[in-house]
Amino acid sequence: MSQQEILAELATIVNEIAGVPVGDVTLNKTFLDDLDVDSLSMVEIATAAEDKFGIRIPDDDLKDLKTVGDAVSYIEKAGVAA
Amino acid sequence: MRSATARAGARITAIGEHRPAGSLSNDDLAARGVDTTDEWIRTRTGITTRHVAAADESVISMGIDAAAKALATAGVTGDDVDLVVLATCTIRNPIPGGAARIASGIGARGVGAFDVNAACGGFCYALSVAADAVRSGSARRAVVVGSEKLTDWLDWDDRGTCILFGDGAAAVIVEGSDEPGIGPVAWGSDGDAFASVGVPEGDWAIRMDGPAVFRWATTQMAPVALRACELAGVTLDDLDAFVPHQANQRIVDAMVRALKLPSHIKVARDIATTGNTSAASVPLALSSLVTSGEVESGGLALLLAFGAGLTYAGQVVRIP
Repeated sequence: MSQQEILAELATIVNEIAGVPVGDVTLNKTFLDDLDVDSLSMVEIATAAEDKFGIRIPDDDLKDLKTVGDAVSYIEKAGVAA
Repeated sequence: MRSATARAGARITAIGEHRPAGSLSNDDLAARGVDTTDEWIRTRTGITTRHVAAADESVISMGIDAAAKALATAGVTGDDVDLVVLATCTIRNPIPGGAARIASGIGARGVGAFDVNAACGGFCYALSVAADAVRSGSARRAVVVGSEKLTDWLDWDDRGTCILFGDGAAAVIVEGSDEPGIGPVAWGSDGDAFASVGVPEGDWAIRMDGPAVFRWATTQMAPVALRACELAGVTLDDLDAFVPHQANQRIVDAMVRALKLPSHIKVARDIATTGNTSAASVPLALSSLVTSGEVESGGLALLLAFGAGLTYAGQVVRIP
């Protein structure tokens, strides 16, 4: 899956869970400050992403995913490893 | 040897509650020095205020008051009761448990009495055990109490936990019936995750790994809800109310989404003014729906309690 495809899928998830417009979910945005996605929504996004991409995102790793780009890179690497 | 006289079913005939007069709003918490804001608490938890027991209100006294109200509503007295089960995890001193004192307090002298500690999951465990006792003939009429004084176990400098909890009690009367009124329980536990919420060894206050508990509840509890329905032989469409443990409004919302709960089902949202009252939360939330007239007697409610242990239990019941 390309970075662009991961971003599109992730944007759909963020939209469904946190109500953020899909177009606002871009690589340089921070979840908390730019998109107003709090830590609990991040947990829900992580579990939805786990199902979607067939990966695991432990809470310890989730804490480090500050930007959309961080999450896309993480999913990309985890997907390759899986 | 003979076995006791069995009944075809058990049902809840009445409910009573005790909500302490004292309260603590989110603004009150901030004013007393907790590093938080009303907006932060409301958006993360759905809580605006919670009841706080006074110094002379205990797990026992609140339990007695709730049980006495339930008996009065049922039109019976302590003499008509032969089993008292108390679900609690916050009794100040665990030896002895509180059920015997609650039994004495409601005038149910010499009856079977014991405590159940399954933390926030406790009420649905206690209800299941009481229903089994009534169905088997071990008891004719049982009082099941959920009573908690969480504020005795809170560190007001720990803003991750002290904002969440409140105090209170609620009780139900369980009697035998010809038709099933309390469905089979779907219960379970995960002791490997015991450290995610509870009072750690050597500590005195409740600590919680919020994201871990949130993830567990939002992903693992919907299947338990469906299992409870399956065991009772009903579908989600048959339900009139969903009464999940009031741990966090965001958990309730996530479960409703995960279950794709039909919109006609009334969802208990007692947490806004009550906070998380552990084993008292499910009966308090049910009581709120009943007394406000939001649900009708005889309808079906899915109860689902879960928490420290980790433990969980759920069952479908007829609304009293």
